[in-house]
This record gives sequence, structure tokens and C-alpha cells, in this order.
Amino acid sequence: MKKPTFGPWLAVILGAAYFLIPLIATVEFSMRMKRGEYSFEAYRVVLGDPRFQESLAYSVVLALVTIVIGVLLVVPTAYWVQLRLPKLRPVVEFVTLLPLVIPAIVIVFGYLRMYNSQSWLPLTDSRRGTDLLLAFGYVTLALPYLYRSIDTGLRAIDVRTLTEAAESLGAGPMTILFRVIFPNIRSAILSGAFLTFAIVIGEFTFAALLDRPAFGPYLQLVGANRAYEPAALAIIAFVVTWACMGLIQVFGAARGAASKT
Amino acid sequence: MSFIDIRGLKKSFGATTVVHDFDLSVERGEFISFLGPSGCGKTTILRMIAGFESVTAGSIAIAGKEISRLPPAGRDVGMVFQAYALFPNMTVAQNIAFGLRVAKKSAAEIRTRVAEMLDLIKLPALGDRYPYQLSGGQQQRVALARAIAVKPQVLLLDEPLSALDAKIRVSLREEIRSLQKELGITTIFVTHDQEEALSMSDRIVVLADGRTEQIGSPFEVYNWPRTRFVASFVGTLNLLAAEVIDADAGTLRIDGLSVATVGPIRGRVAGDRVTVALRPEAVTLGPAGGDRADLPGTVEEVSFLGAVVRIRVRLGEQTVSIDGFNQPKVALPAKGDDAVLRFAREDLLVLEGDG
Repeated sequence: MKKPTFGPWLAVILGAAYFLIPLIATVEFSMRMKRGEYSFEAYRVVLGDPRFQESLAYSVVLALVTIVIGVLLVVPTAYWVQLRLPKLRPVVEFVTLLPLVIPAIVIVFGYLRMYNSQSWLPLTDSRRGTDLLLAFGYVTLALPYLYRSIDTGLRAIDVRTLTEAAESLGAGPMTILFRVIFPNIRSAILSGAFLTFAIVIGEFTFAALLDRPAFGPYLQLVGANRAYEPAALAIIAFVVTWACMGLIQVFGAARGAASKT
Repeated sequence: MSFIDIRGLKKSFGATTVVHDFDLSVERGEFISFLGPSGCGKTTILRMIAGFESVTAGSIAIAGKEISRLPPAGRDVGMVFQAYALFPNMTVAQNIAFGLRVAKKSAAEIRTRVAEMLDLIKLPALGDRYPYQLSGGQQQRVALARAIAVKPQVLLLDEPLSALDAKIRVSLREEIRSLQKELGITTIFVTHDQEEALSMSDRIVVLADGRTEQIGSPFEVYNWPRTRFVASFVGTLNLLAAEVIDADAGTLRIDGLSVATVGPIRGRVAGDRVTVALRPEAVTLGPAGGDRADLPGTVEEVSFLGAVVRIRVRLGEQTVSIDGFNQPKVALPAKGDDAVLRFAREDLLVLEGDG
């Protein structure tokens, strides 16, 4: 008979405690805004704050713009590398990893130097220009995750043969990309998109230094001036992030089911 | 002028040339097979015709139009791949309709053509299925329907049966051939399976190391292989080293035994070393004499294979295999028995190249 093993269970319990206790403590603290009773008052205050709604809406829009730009940049690049330039794959992978190595503050100072009002492309001169610059910055930040997710999706299908089959049926590059490649890596694109969404929603450095009203700086502002609301905000941000992770799992499972033969 | 005219086709990857001066003329409606082992260049030639590989030198013309510099989409050539290559995100009907949509055909025309194609491949009820819901054989039939739905001038089949199990392979090759005859579409079929090539083709191009070894009908290629490679690759052949005694009289020496072929041995002189080929089924065992050639030897092995009995006979340094039908009333020879190989003189083929 197999002996019961406590070691692995002990590790699981310790690990769960390490993550869950602070979370439970934060939830508990966020509900103590009213003296002597538990309530969702902090959540009501936060959700009712017009700056919360504005900053969240701003970050959501920016996340969507980032996803669109990122997908339109990364899918054709990864597709072309896989199809025609496989030898360049290590170089492209290295480039896409750079945002993990170079601190965000270095990147944003680089942007400020390159795109300030005195430069040849003064993006920071206007709010819309700065928004665009921020979206490009987020594309850079999301690149390691977006590229890997899409590249994995492309590796799971026979890109070369599907492309050749479409070509032999008279399709041009745009038809192949939008009617054959994109639909077949949809779940990979969505996984990358949710990761990008989670990154953009909580990002602080880029938005603060470019002085844009994003959700990250709002979190920091509330955290510096309030007691219970920051805890409620942390839980809301946590829920948003986990919702994204859950959606990745859902679409990943859908992909697995669809590829069954 | 031929319908497909390939002249001096060459393909190099860096310093390595994988296709050397390939020439081929194909008539309209013909079914041609490229047969050869892996790496012989057959798929590379097919991919150059399809436009997926660039041409290093030479020309490819279809219906008098030079196409070797055109992109694949502009060649009007349909292709079926070994791995089916159906679009996983589309249903069977959408897959078949893909080329028609690209060609901007009307919705009514697409609907009619898709229905025609589904009937043609005998899958009329499966239009709404996705590729992963079909068997391998069904997927390949859909791939075939998709390729011919756009009515291409030429159909290219790149080992379309290799991924299927044996039984499906046989039935599908018969279906492909009958469809090809029904539609009259000029077809080039790549395979490494000699049985497929022999059973389906009007002509076979046997390739080795990027060069054409022989072009001929299945009957010609099987019965009269020109080179040692063709003889060994197509069917099972006994290859024997021989020496020319008298080229004009067609006499040879095999392991010290004199034997005559039919007619003179062209391009050879007395003393030349040559390779001769003899089909196992063309040889029988029996008493010497009569107008058939005979070679005495010793039975080395007898293998009972069910319908066929294979007997190996040693002639000095070399051995000859004989295939005969199993006849329960005829006693089989035993190992070590003396035996006389008998065969028609025209069945002894002197191959081109060095002996």
C-alpha cells in the first residue's frame, strides 16, 4: 500500500498561505472602512470616483489600441520569420526580449529625448501625440509576451503548407494573412492580447513620466493619500488580471479541443 | 508543341545542384508520375512547376506560356499536398470555395460548384464538417476537390497518398485516376511508391540524384528498365554482372556460363563488363534444352510466401531469385538440389552504364 506523503502537501499549503494570506488580509482591510462592521464602502467610494472611471477607461482604450498595433506588428513579423527567414528567428527573439532587460524608465527617457518638442517628430507636443507614444511604449513592453504567444500559435499550425495551399488557389499575401493565418492563430492572439491588457492596465512608469491620466498613476495617487481605497483598488486590479488569465485558459482550452482529430 | 514543356530545368541550393538539366514534355490530359527515392529531386521539380521554388536555370511553359518567373498565384496550377493542408478554420464547403472566392466568383456560382465538387468526391453530406472531423482519406478528397474546383490547367499531386493507410491508399488512387480521366486534367503525381506510379500513370519519369533515369509507360519502365537504378528501383530484379563475349551475336558470360540475349548488344565490344537484369517472374526451373536460355545452378533457399514461392539459386558467385505461383501438386525443390534456370532470351536485359 502506498504511504501517505505529507511533504508535497506541506509545500502546497505553505505556498498557498504565502499568496493567500496577504490577499485575504487586503480584502479584509478593504472592508473595514466603516467602523465596527464589514462593508463594501471602500469599493463603493472607489467605483464612484469619476477619476477611477476616467483613468480606467483611458487605460482600457489604450490597452485596446496597444493590442491592435501590437498584433498588426507582431503577426506579420512572426509569420514572415517563420515562413521565409527562419535563420533570423534568434535575432528577432533577442530583440523581443530586450524590453525585459532594459528598465521601463530608460525606455521612456529615450522616448522623451527622441520625440520631444525640439525633435524631428515632436509627439510629446500634443496630448494625442503623447497618447500614441504611450501606446507605442506599451507595444514595446508587451512585445516579449505578445511575440512568444503568437510564435507558439504559428508553430502549432503548418504555416508553410497552408500558405502554399492558399497561394496555389490564387490568394495574395493579404488574403492569406487575414483569411488563413489570423483565424488559425486566433486563440494565440487572444492569449497575447489578454496578457497585454493586464500589463497595460497596471503600468505606472510610462504613464507617469509621460504625464498621462492612466490607471497606474491613479492607483499610486490613491495609495499615497487614502487608507482603505488603495486596498479595494488592489483587489479590483487583481480581479481584472485574473479575469484575463482565466480568459487565456478558456481560449487555450478551446484551441486544444478544436485541434483534436 | 506539348501542353507542358520543361526545358533544361536546374535547381541549386548554394553549391549543391539538386536538379540537373531536366527536360519533359507532357501532353494535355496526360497523367505523369515522378518516381524516385527521397532526395532524388522529384518534389523540387514539382515545387518549381507550382512556383514554390525559384528556378536556377531553364524554362517551364504551360500551354505555350512561360511561367517560371510568375508567382504561384498567377500560374493557374492546382496542388494537393501530402499533409492535406486544409484550412482548419473553414468547413469542407468553405475550403472548396476558397479559390472561387479569391477569384471573386458570384455566390450562386460558388454554391453550385461546391455542390458539384462534393458530389464528385462522394461527400455530399459533409460540407458543414470541419477538417478535424474527417478521416485522412476524406480530408485528402476534400483537398483534391479544393484544388480542382478552380479548374486549373494542371494538377500537381505531391505524395498525396503517403499519409494514408494501405487500404485507403489503394481505393483513393483508383478514385484519383478515375477523376483525372473524367475531367481530362493534365496531372503530375509525385511518389516514391512504384506500385502507385505503375498503376496510375500514362507515363513515369524515374529520377535519381536530380537526373532523369528513364521516361516511359509503366509497361516499358517495368519490363525494359534502361539503367541499373531503374531496374533495382522499379519492381524486384535480379542484377547480374556479366562479360560480353560477342556483342554482334549477343552472347555473354555470367559466372563462367555462356548465355545469349536476343540481337546484338549495342555500344559494347567483346570483354566489356556489363550488368544484366532478369525479372524473378520471367525465370522458371526445368530441364535444359529448347529455344529458351538456360543456366545451371544450385538451390540455396526456398521461401513459401503464400500465393508465391520464391526460390534462390546460386550460379557461382551470384544468386538469382525466381518467383513462381504456388502449385500444391508440384513438389518444391530442396536446398542443395541441382537446378536449371530457364528464361526467354528477350527477358535478359543488358543495362546502360558500367557493369
